[in-house]
Amino acid sequence: MLNQILPLLIFGALLLAVVGGVRRIRLWRNGRPSDVPIMAGLAALPRRYLVDLHHVVARDKYISNTHVATGGGFVAAAILAILVHGLQLNSQILAWALLAATTSMFVGALFVAKRRVQPPERLSKGPWMRLPKSLLAFSIGFFLVTLPVTGLVPAVLGAWVLALILSVLIIWGLGEMFFGMTWGGPMKHAFAGALHLAFHRRAERFNGGRSTGLKPLHFDDQQQPLGVEKPSEFTWNQLLGFDACVQCGRCEAMCPAFAAGQPLNPKKLIQDMVVGLAGGSDAAYAGSPYPGKPLGEHQGGPFASIIAREGQGLLDAETLWSCTTCRACVEECPMMIEHVDAIVDMRRHLTLERGQTPNKGAEVIDNLIATDNPNGFNPASRMNWAADLALPVLSDVKRTDVLLWMGDGAFDMRNQRSLRALVKILRAAKVDFAVLGNEERDSGDVARRLGDEATFQSLAKRNITTLAQYSFRSIVTCDPHSFHVLKNEYSDFGGQYVVYHHSTFINHLRQTGKLNFAPYKGGSVTYHDPCYLGRYNGEYDAPRDLLAAAGIQVIEMERSGFRSRCCGGGGGAPITDIPGKQRIPDMRMEDIKQTGAEIVAVGCPQCTAMLEGVVDPRPEVLDIAEIIAKQLVEAEEAA
Amino acid sequence: MSLNQATRVAVLLSIGQHPVTARARRADQDARALELALQLNHADVIPLHVGQLNEHNEAALRSYLGMGISQIKLIGNSDILLGLEQGVRESQANIVLCGSRAETGEGSGLVPYLLAKKLGWPIVSGLVSIEKLDQGSATLLQALPRGQRRKLKVSLPAVLAVDPAAAVARQSAFGPAQRGAITPQKLSSIEAVSGAEVKHNSALHSFLWQFQPAKKRPKRLKIIKATSARDRFKAAAAKADASGGKVLQGVSADDAANEIIKLLLEESVLNLDGHL
Repeated sequence: MLNQILPLLIFGALLLAVVGGVRRIRLWRNGRPSDVPIMAGLAALPRRYLVDLHHVVARDKYISNTHVATGGGFVAAAILAILVHGLQLNSQILAWALLAATTSMFVGALFVAKRRVQPPERLSKGPWMRLPKSLLAFSIGFFLVTLPVTGLVPAVLGAWVLALILSVLIIWGLGEMFFGMTWGGPMKHAFAGALHLAFHRRAERFNGGRSTGLKPLHFDDQQQPLGVEKPSEFTWNQLLGFDACVQCGRCEAMCPAFAAGQPLNPKKLIQDMVVGLAGGSDAAYAGSPYPGKPLGEHQGGPFASIIAREGQGLLDAETLWSCTTCRACVEECPMMIEHVDAIVDMRRHLTLERGQTPNKGAEVIDNLIATDNPNGFNPASRMNWAADLALPVLSDVKRTDVLLWMGDGAFDMRNQRSLRALVKILRAAKVDFAVLGNEERDSGDVARRLGDEATFQSLAKRNITTLAQYSFRSIVTCDPHSFHVLKNEYSDFGGQYVVYHHSTFINHLRQTGKLNFAPYKGGSVTYHDPCYLGRYNGEYDAPRDLLAAAGIQVIEMERSGFRSRCCGGGGGAPITDIPGKQRIPDMRMEDIKQTGAEIVAVGCPQCTAMLEGVVDPRPEVLDIAEIIAKQLVEAEEAA
Repeated sequence: MSLNQATRVAVLLSIGQHPVTARARRADQDARALELALQLNHADVIPLHVGQLNEHNEAALRSYLGMGISQIKLIGNSDILLGLEQGVRESQANIVLCGSRAETGEGSGLVPYLLAKKLGWPIVSGLVSIEKLDQGSATLLQALPRGQRRKLKVSLPAVLAVDPAAAVARQSAFGPAQRGAITPQKLSSIEAVSGAEVKHNSALHSFLWQFQPAKKRPKRLKIIKATSARDRFKAAAAKADASGGKVLQGVSADDAANEIIKLLLEESVLNLDGHL
């Protein structure tokens, strides 16, 4: 009897899955067009899934092994079940293979179930608590109905009670795994996730690549909205990306704003986007909410404003402005979802269309427009810090080997110390360098993260025009934000440069024997990775190598390298200043204190400012250039 | 508020100049005037600008549009005062909102007064907010020194010049600024000004005037005899003494002028030969 209804059940569930899939695809297609290659993307899918995605998943060995057993077992079992029970192919080999696949899935499902006994805070509950049971139902059900096919047990299991139980298991399993996959159940992550990998908006991220620069707005294109007001104004593959979320909450565990009690949770943000693309309210969400924002008060739809002009929308603006754009969530996401892109897209709408950049945002943008620096200093005073240094200026010398990009830190007395140290090192290594002087402008980093793409592009284009007048081989800067923008974001506007962060460049000088260091006698040192150097540009080694070469043993923080916690200074967060329960730099300083180090080495003016803003007693904050400059032994003296 | 007719508010918008870099921008006080106008309920806002549109000032003018107005009426090729008068009359406004002083050019601060005189309307300077609009009158808040405020009721139509203490203008958004229209206005009686006269006026700016940053005026020394911090604080926070002043009421214009000259001589602002 079961043999007759099995094909019906399997093909019925498959048919419903196809119908659901078409419905889901139609939801994604509400988004704007995107020029991703379809066939090439699909062709690259297996490699992206098996290599790139699992590279991220494997950071948690428990769940990666579990996922291989469960996911691999399910895919094999599903295909084999269709052949063996759907098409009724009477093959011993296939049947044995199906037994093996369901066994693997069963074992995996046991481990999924174990994790769900006392799930960590970051995991979503609700339907996700049901998933291990559904996995078990599917694997047990198909294991048992396959036994007679192998001939291991006689086909006398037709006793109707057993058949009934088996049918229930199989209907439950098929319902969750086939039907639920396209109708919004937890298994949606497999369907949407696979397609998301195929049509990812940053294909460069696969095969070990890196793509972190924001995508430009094209102001000539009248069709393109200025940022994203409604879910339908995301590109279709962004919507697809939101749908791929497995709600594992790794982003939530890494987000500095969430930890600080600011109203942001990257996981909830992505789930809100899913609510937005499908329509409805966030009442069914079963994970941690935005701190201080109860569930069930927000709702949206594909064509409704995400941030309502009046009343409650899908989310509140302060959620978007809490983000420091540190990219910890993106780095951690096993589905490679692009949270920061989505946040900046929505910020663009608020700034460019509504003029609602909170707190000091409007003032900073006005200053950038009128004075080319965020604090409204006279641009003619950019070089005042170096009045006694007789730095060669490019407008005089026209060509140089190394262009030293000063950044807006040139106006800041604290950062001027780091700049002076850097100049001392460059001179000790006899580097041929020059500065733009008063011709330099803000790189546009803050404007862009605040959503003011227009001011960013204006600054970028004017900087590129200035740079085009001179001849230089590379740019060196002690500001990772300028570094990132010059290196990764100016190329969209025709500015292609070789750019080094000063730690990389000094390390290179050291490697070529141009610097000599005295034995280190100072206090113990830990190193804080700046987000825009580390996660944005993958430079984790040079600062550590450099410190090691200077005889300094770095005591690592628990969260360092690609898991470094943000100082709270990125993405214009100190400007928009959304209140939380504690300050991000205070939390980072706690991390630093836990190492027992007396000095924290930093490589970013923002990090310096944020960490020095923490009240004493605390470890001393020194730029890597300051530490190295102190260790320098001039070649002549040494000889 | 029951109004049969919506109040029509003409807002005069000039090209400003950033104090540090001298780049063209929306003038701070004019932007505050527009902000006050935008916060009025049931009011039609008619933004006016007299001048030529060119590549140097378009972005500045557009940044007013970015505050959420759909168009600016541009009265070109005219003497500022005549253009404003015609523009206000033809827009049938009953309130004129403007800044107190331009950020470029002569910046004499006389335009609101001269315009009020030409229109024959009362003028209120130092406006910080419009509390209420009634049929034919408005309740206003005027700024006085040291953060004091005075409530005024003025009959409409009137010219209201905004104080720098008025609410800060809202952020200008790029999108609306690009989409907004700057529409040239054809005014009926504007031919009264000959082209030569306009040329003469602009020549005044470009050739005869030299601009330099204003020097800070020397501050009168205040001798503080206070011995404790509390006394010093009181001295700093106290109102300026009105001692030595004189209130003259009901005197003839000549007598009043003589009194003023006498004071200016005492303060050494005037020499005995009567030159400044």
